[in-house]
Amino acid sequence: MAKRFQPGIVSANDLLSGAVIYLAENGNWVSTMSEAEFITDADRAEERLSFAERQPEIAVGPYIAPADNTDAGPVPNHFRETFRAQGPSAPARKSWGGANA
Amino acid sequence: MLDAQTNVTRTYLDRRVEEFRAQVNRRIDGSLTEDEFRPLRLMNGLYLQLHAYMLRVAIPYGTLNPDQLDVLAEISERWDRGYGHFTTRQNLQYNWPKLPDVPDMLARLADVNLHAIQTSGNTIRNVTADPLAGAHADELLDPRPVAELIRIWSTDHPEYQFLGRKFKIAVTGSPADRAVTKAHDLAVRIVERDGEIGYQILVGGGLGRTPVVGRVIRDFLPQADLLPYLEAVLSVYNLAGRRDNKYKARIKITVNEMGLEEFSARVDEAFARIRPEFTGADQDLLAELQAGFEPPALEARDTAAFDAALAEDPVFRSWADINLRPHFRDDHAIAMISLKPHGGVPGDASADQMRIVADLARIYGNDEIRVTQEQNLVLPHVAKADLPAVFGVLKAHGLATANAGLASDIIACPGMDYCALATARSIPIAQQIAEALADYEVEVGEMAIKISGCINACGHHHLGDIGILGLDRAGVENYQITLGGDAGSDMKIGEKTGPGFGYDEVVGAVERLIHAYLDLREDGERFRDTIARTGAEPFKSALYDEEANRDAA
Repeated sequence: MAKRFQPGIVSANDLLSGAVIYLAENGNWVSTMSEAEFITDADRAEERLSFAERQPEIAVGPYIAPADNTDAGPVPNHFRETFRAQGPSAPARKSWGGANA
Repeated sequence: MLDAQTNVTRTYLDRRVEEFRAQVNRRIDGSLTEDEFRPLRLMNGLYLQLHAYMLRVAIPYGTLNPDQLDVLAEISERWDRGYGHFTTRQNLQYNWPKLPDVPDMLARLADVNLHAIQTSGNTIRNVTADPLAGAHADELLDPRPVAELIRIWSTDHPEYQFLGRKFKIAVTGSPADRAVTKAHDLAVRIVERDGEIGYQILVGGGLGRTPVVGRVIRDFLPQADLLPYLEAVLSVYNLAGRRDNKYKARIKITVNEMGLEEFSARVDEAFARIRPEFTGADQDLLAELQAGFEPPALEARDTAAFDAALAEDPVFRSWADINLRPHFRDDHAIAMISLKPHGGVPGDASADQMRIVADLARIYGNDEIRVTQEQNLVLPHVAKADLPAVFGVLKAHGLATANAGLASDIIACPGMDYCALATARSIPIAQQIAEALADYEVEVGEMAIKISGCINACGHHHLGDIGILGLDRAGVENYQITLGGDAGSDMKIGEKTGPGFGYDEVVGAVERLIHAYLDLREDGERFRDTIARTGAEPFKSALYDEEANRDAA
């Protein structure tokens, strides 16, 4: 039996920075999950994943990340995606500067 | 010591940097797909993690000179976020590099003879060693010439670029195992028999989902047989090791499935074939390397100032009692520099801190710095007379936490704060435990808490007095506790206690274990001694029964 489709969003890592990116409905890549397109059916998911995979110069490893939809847009429904969206929980390094801070 | 200016490997490193620069350019301009590029970047130590790339730099046998540490600091500021993360295998990881910058980072590393080659992939990884090599009072012989020989032999060795799985080698010259040798695919222990120096060889150790204590395959190998014997082991593994299932591809599985006796017989057969190919050039090189690792010519120094500081300054005294280790000279000491401030990220050092340690090594430390498997730094040769001054500088830069070997000296992998493989967070658990125990860890004494954020066990949880393994249980972080592990020369794998704990329950669980120990221990017993005497039951009871009692109340 086919696995039931779980609604979600297309996410990947940005080729140059490695940062977490999400695919918006207009085809742009955005850095905020709430601006991502919420995908509710398997056909649309396949289409958008295929669209993402045709942009290897931007997106590395695109996949469908399960999410819930809210009035404010998609939100993570698994802690891994929460940490991807928020960044590391450890606070110490923020004051340490460097070019990429 | 390796000479960054004249070392012949510089040409090789330059070539590798330019090769990778071209590969990065071809990935960015679309000539290479990610599938084509991934193995190429991994060969250069570049991972793609949760939020960013990660560059893993090898610190061969954990030894750095001050110029190298300065460059590691500089790189973190020019191309990252101003800090580096020291790992349990004597590597340094940059957590925030940008892909187009990585070739420049590698070029700068090459200036001081450092690189990221073979810090990833199915090849022989960074060769690690006792971090107190060449300094500790208990050492038979400095293991680093042997580690360097193995590093030179294994770097870019064409036969070992596509092994069935990664292959980790550690070397020690001390009976006290500070290099976790029994958790390595292959380990070399320098030993003495009837006045002759030779090597005890262990194979098949490893942690991960199938933890195995390495076993002795050769009790005493003559020095001249080392490289041919290692080639024999690798050739048997390369052919017989499984490639159908990556979880069964490490040499520990090969040895277990084949049996040590059969594996050893095949190695002997291969050795007989390979040995004649080695006609002595390796031994000439080893002799050259040994000359570069001569014990330092340290001046005799009066220890009166040290003794006075011990008597007068209780804060210095506490640090000295906890963080110093015995040097082969009585008037010197080994200073452990904790990268575990209470509430900090285990193993992280800022660029400023790296520079401070580099300067201390220049002024007081014979130009040497070491990186430990416990994710700390070391000044291996400090005159006791200079220790009060060294302590003062360390203290001013957040580097004087007196906790080496105590409960807050926690090994923790990056976990789900960084790592794409992680199933739960490690760092915040470590931070919370360290803060909770800070006030009474001196009373608790020697204690190894080790935390991994997934079954791959980079945080060595199997080897902790208290081990913590973070898992994803039905979409929630859950932490399994193991007890009775030991990373020393009689390495032991800890035993699971029972059901795991939620993220908010782990600190309480660890504190219950520690309080149970304080109640149960007899004079002079460490945590591991008490557990060996009482068994795990009273500790399990502290973990689970009290919780049941509290829930029922």
